[in-house]
Amino acid sequence: MSFYGLVDGSEKSLVDFLNQLSGVDQVGAESRAAMLATRSIKTTSKKWAIETAISMVDLTTLEGADTPGKVRALCSKAVRPDPTDPTVPSVGAICVYNDMVEVARTHLDAIGGKHVPVAAVSTAFPSGRASMEVKIRDTQDAINAGAAEIDMVIDRGAFLAGKYGLVFDEIVKIREVCGEKAHLKVIFETGELVTYDNVRKASYLAMLAGADFIKTSTGKVAPAATPPVVLVMLEAVRDFYTLTQRRIGVKPAGGIRTTKDAIKQLVLVNETAGPDWLTPQLFRIGASALLNDLLMQRMKMSDGYYASPNYVTID
Amino acid sequence: MATKKQARVDVKKTYKLFINGAFPRSESGRVFEVSAKNGDFIANPALASRKDLRDAVTAARAAHSGWSKATAYNRGQILYRIAEMLEGRAEQFESEIALTSQITSLKAKSQVLDAIDRWVWYAGWSDKLQAVSGATNPVAGPFFNFSISEPQGVVAIASSTSFIDFIDAIAAAVVSGNSTVVLVPGSLAVPAMSFAEVLATSDLPAGVINILTGSLDELAPWAASHMDIDGFDISGIDKKKRGALKEAGAENLKRIHAFSTGQSPTRILAFMESKTVWHSVGV
Repeated sequence: MSFYGLVDGSEKSLVDFLNQLSGVDQVGAESRAAMLATRSIKTTSKKWAIETAISMVDLTTLEGADTPGKVRALCSKAVRPDPTDPTVPSVGAICVYNDMVEVARTHLDAIGGKHVPVAAVSTAFPSGRASMEVKIRDTQDAINAGAAEIDMVIDRGAFLAGKYGLVFDEIVKIREVCGEKAHLKVIFETGELVTYDNVRKASYLAMLAGADFIKTSTGKVAPAATPPVVLVMLEAVRDFYTLTQRRIGVKPAGGIRTTKDAIKQLVLVNETAGPDWLTPQLFRIGASALLNDLLMQRMKMSDGYYASPNYVTID
Repeated sequence: MATKKQARVDVKKTYKLFINGAFPRSESGRVFEVSAKNGDFIANPALASRKDLRDAVTAARAAHSGWSKATAYNRGQILYRIAEMLEGRAEQFESEIALTSQITSLKAKSQVLDAIDRWVWYAGWSDKLQAVSGATNPVAGPFFNFSISEPQGVVAIASSTSFIDFIDAIAAAVVSGNSTVVLVPGSLAVPAMSFAEVLATSDLPAGVINILTGSLDELAPWAASHMDIDGFDISGIDKKKRGALKEAGAENLKRIHAFSTGQSPTRILAFMESKTVWHSVGV
């Protein structure tokens, strides 16, 4: 088998490929991310950024206490984030646990939200600690229930132990299960990968194995989507495009709660991967509280006075 | 070599804002100058912007739940603690007020002592409010019907230039459990920010009282229209300018009051709401 002609599927070729990647300049990445965070986005650009960010939100609820009612409420919000203003775009997707996919899909279809895909977290999310059979079955279940996007976690234990082949094979297998039916997002949990070098390696590993998206975190571990980590991943998708002519998406998730954070992410995308990536097909933000803040900022811009959380939904 | 003793260089204080229990500079980076009666330079306090106001409201909103749920006894203790802290620094406040305002040091002294006594007076109200303003209402049925007064939420205060008015407005709003954002006119900035240091050492939870120094003309319209502010004390605003603020505050039915009396329980009740509870008899 050939993977973009870059590796042949054997562990040796993969390890050779990952080892020839240059290391990340930690200080450089952090200072570049910090520098880009100082950009000031105002007035019409800000309005555009807010609406773009809304269309990129993967509206997420991943809690043990999720009920069908809560998922349905979230779906309604996904389709019409601001019920008082139909010009607000729908969000990028709804992101739920496996067993809530059907509830979400049915409700979205019923309320005119066919254009909003449902993403399911999969492969023993969030830890990734299960046998391969369980992970495959988990993914199949989600797709059968109507998930159009699969957010899988990698086995961080295996990755950190240097078993790159194992992690690679897992992604390849899940990619096969997804087939044409579902997009595959691969979650690294960068907070557990320790170094930026590991983030770069994991990015290439996942892209070679067939990921459509690479995603920072589960949202269960801090730190999550810090700007330098996202920068490293955006550089990886940019360079991978040069190598293969294929554009891979990036999804930061976890810790992005304010409009300011979201706009910082958009600046990173524009300045690193380029404006081609400024679309929900190639950039998503995994979040729950962020959407309310985006809506409140939008209200502030259209009304001319500061908004209150009393006028947006609680979840 | 002969050593000549050099005059010591004074360490001047940087007057900043008081938001969420911390002392940040204005996000705008702006300052304004405060001078003494004789024109001598005193300080460059921070000139707060509308974004500082926004941050202060966020802090006040976050602090409100804990402060309003604290027991009346606990709130009273903390208000009393503010009086204790103020007492220890009375002389500093006397000299700051005398230096930066038009009043004599004798008047400044009596204002500070009054201010300390005010905190004790308001502290006493915390556990008596319910008894005075609440009621058991007569109803035609087998029910009890209670009226219970509750704090409104976030109250903005546009303070006048007098230190004692500044204290009255804050104490009256916070004793019931409101959290506040206080807008302070430039001439009161120096004692107001020293008062923030008193608050920072009084066990007052962060965000319950936030103090912004600057221009009321600039900040008050933003406070009046802010949808997350529930009440607005505009006693420090010029009478001619009050109408426009009341209009701006109508969108979220903000309670907007100006008070002519200082020490009064009606000021406390002005920023409280009555909740009515029904309960069946005999159960």
